[in-house]
Amino acid sequence: MKKKLQEIVLTIPSFVWLLLFFLVPTLLVFILAFRPPDPFGGIGAGWTTATIRELARHQYWVIAWRTLWASAVTTAICLALALPTGYAVARASPRRRNLLLMMVIVPFWTSFLIRVFAWRSLLHPEGPVKKILVLLGLASPQTPLLYNNAAVILVMTYTFLPFAILPIYAAAEKFDFRLVEAARDLGARPFQAFRKVFLPGIRQGVVTAVLIVLIPALGSYVVPDLVGGPSSEMLGNKIAQRVFVDRNLPHASALSVVLILAVLAPLLAILFLQRKKEKPEIILEEGG
Amino acid sequence: MRRSRLPFIVLTLVLVFFYLPILILVVNSFNASRFGSGWQGFSLRWYVRLFQEAEIWQAARNTLVIAVSVTLVSLVLGTTSALALHRFAKTRLQRFHYTLIYTPLVVPEILMGISLLMAFVSAGVPLGLTTIFLAHVTFCVSYVALVVLGRLQDFDYAVVEAAQDLGAGWWTTARRVLLPMLAPGLAAGALLAFTLSVDDFVITFFVAGPGATTLPIRIYSMIKHGATPLINALSTLLLTLTFLTVGASQRLSKNKLLEGGS
Repeated sequence: MKKKLQEIVLTIPSFVWLLLFFLVPTLLVFILAFRPPDPFGGIGAGWTTATIRELARHQYWVIAWRTLWASAVTTAICLALALPTGYAVARASPRRRNLLLMMVIVPFWTSFLIRVFAWRSLLHPEGPVKKILVLLGLASPQTPLLYNNAAVILVMTYTFLPFAILPIYAAAEKFDFRLVEAARDLGARPFQAFRKVFLPGIRQGVVTAVLIVLIPALGSYVVPDLVGGPSSEMLGNKIAQRVFVDRNLPHASALSVVLILAVLAPLLAILFLQRKKEKPEIILEEGG
Repeated sequence: MRRSRLPFIVLTLVLVFFYLPILILVVNSFNASRFGSGWQGFSLRWYVRLFQEAEIWQAARNTLVIAVSVTLVSLVLGTTSALALHRFAKTRLQRFHYTLIYTPLVVPEILMGISLLMAFVSAGVPLGLTTIFLAHVTFCVSYVALVVLGRLQDFDYAVVEAAQDLGAGWWTTARRVLLPMLAPGLAAGALLAFTLSVDDFVITFFVAGPGATTLPIRIYSMIKHGATPLINALSTLLLTLTFLTVGASQRLSKNKLLEGGS
């Protein structure tokens, strides 16, 4: 069959590549979590559950919990900023809209590392932010701005915010703003109209924004490494430490499995909630 | 009735938040002061120093070689993948194929980095520029495939069949019909793959091994070891380069659009 042959020829290159370099390596992570390390930084022979059992230690729970809440807070802040921003861009005149959109995207053409570095020098003990805060009496010269959880969340927000703005804007652009005006005419206050009419109308954009920020935030490694201190380590840092410092690959695998589960949990939860929510709404619409 | 002005105030603040750090970084690259604490006069000394750093230029060369080869290979893999996904959309094989293309996009970088490292170590592949190349192609294929697939969405496959009915061979059809129609998608995909490869740090760091250095890895170790003014200068150069490239590509695509319209 000519058509079948054509399909196979076109599919094979990418299919085999991703099988070899994506699917098999991902499955390997699960397998290696049950192998012992060897003294030369490689993978030993035989099987063990010692590595997995070691994860129950208190130290890892603290880090896993911190990873979750730091990512959740970052996502919440991104959403709180992206909603009004996306709304404002969508309501601008078409010409200004493109300009504003470009202005949101442009700073993110710079390298990710350089953006993190820029904040490192801004928050430096002798950097400009510190000086202004001290001048205004908002901070004492001793207050550290770097190497803490607040710095990690601030910089994560900086790097992820555009990814939250874009899907919200995309949804808001398709939204019929006459609905908001109608709500206002009927006596709703601006915030009420925003919450009860606009927000449900762009729900899909909000869901995308949450996932697009939350998932990479959970896997953060560079930001806590460069602007966080020892008390703001996340799962990503621990994984890197096991790889580069201790050279214990099975342990790094076990931690990666935890991270995979942490990523899957919100993904499945949101998919589940969405499916549950969609049904009654369809009925409502039919009834109305 | 007055609209609330709050969204516009937030928008303005967000834009200030976006640009201020980058602006200060650029200004500081011309600052004679070593630590960037206060302005101590205009100076180009960091740029002069930068050009004397042989390691940075070696890293830049590596980055460029990897990015070009990654772009070429992922363009081929991504395009065949998109053609298969578009043409045979409903088969079971393509549904699995699509999942395989789509999933790498939602996996955090560090997981991809660690799993590739495990695979290379288990298979006994020595780490270096080759493993960086293999890793980069892996995450670029998905992006190229989805960009080209987006372009194919408004592509009528009947045109290809018409060409074949009129006696065009496989090669002629690809060259005379498929390629011109796909060109904008291919260009966008190539640009994306190139940028992603040049910019990637996390995955590269995991699979690079001790010897191989790319520009982001070099920048990372400079940040770690406190070569602040040099990074400012390097960042400003990279920034200028990015703006020139994007400006040029924007211009090019606009001209193309005008030509197509006439």
